[in-house]
Amino acid sequence: MGLDDALFGLHGKALELRSQRLNLLASNIANASTPGYKARDIDFEAALKDATDKGDSATQAANAAMGYRIPLQPALDGNTVELSTEQTLFAENAVKYQTTLSFLESRINTITRALKGE
Amino acid sequence: MANTPMNIFDIAGRAMSAQLVRLNATASNMANAGTLTGTEKQAYRAIRPIFQSVTEQPGISTVKVQSVVTTDAKPVKRYDPNHPLADKDGNVFEAAVDSSTELVDMIEASRMYQNNVQVLQTAKSLMLDTVRMGK
Repeated sequence: MGLDDALFGLHGKALELRSQRLNLLASNIANASTPGYKARDIDFEAALKDATDKGDSATQAANAAMGYRIPLQPALDGNTVELSTEQTLFAENAVKYQTTLSFLESRINTITRALKGE
Repeated sequence: MANTPMNIFDIAGRAMSAQLVRLNATASNMANAGTLTGTEKQAYRAIRPIFQSVTEQPGISTVKVQSVVTTDAKPVKRYDPNHPLADKDGNVFEAAVDSSTELVDMIEASRMYQNNVQVLQTAKSLMLDTVRMGK
């Protein structure tokens, strides 16, 4: 358990994973019109569990929990990106990133206040 | 670019460039729709970009334009002997461009472009929030 784990609990790892997933969903949106592209996503819960329990790095945990999206309606050109799904998940992920950020921020504020002794 | 890992700005930025190429191709096609020539060979044929995904590590991929190809659609032959460009049989050839296909393609390209801009904006504000953390 590193110093950052002791300070931030699981939120540090959670933020890293959220950032990884943000990249992944951005890749899906970027490839929305590429023939044959298969959309991927991370099972966030499983990845966070791996990262906190086993002490894996965020990249390792994200790769282990990665899977292909099952499309509702597969396109003829083999592309499995459905923009409505990807955009919803992207927005959700962004909000959750911000939530994790505010957890971290309040933690930092608590520690700073304790250090200053106000 | 090879020594620094691809980030979200590369992903969305390169996708935007690819969509812009597509938009330019559509504009060229639309501009040439309806033009007439005297021979079938000279007639304009619609051009279309071929997209290909560029993957650096699993799940992190962007898109590039692999090549721009000329479609093999046939120009429309029309009998118009009074046209100054008409060949010896009195035929002119109209550019092989389907304007409705092009318009649909244009709308799709611009929507995709907008989506990528949106991704960039979200990523930017999240990163700025992260930088300001604890201040």
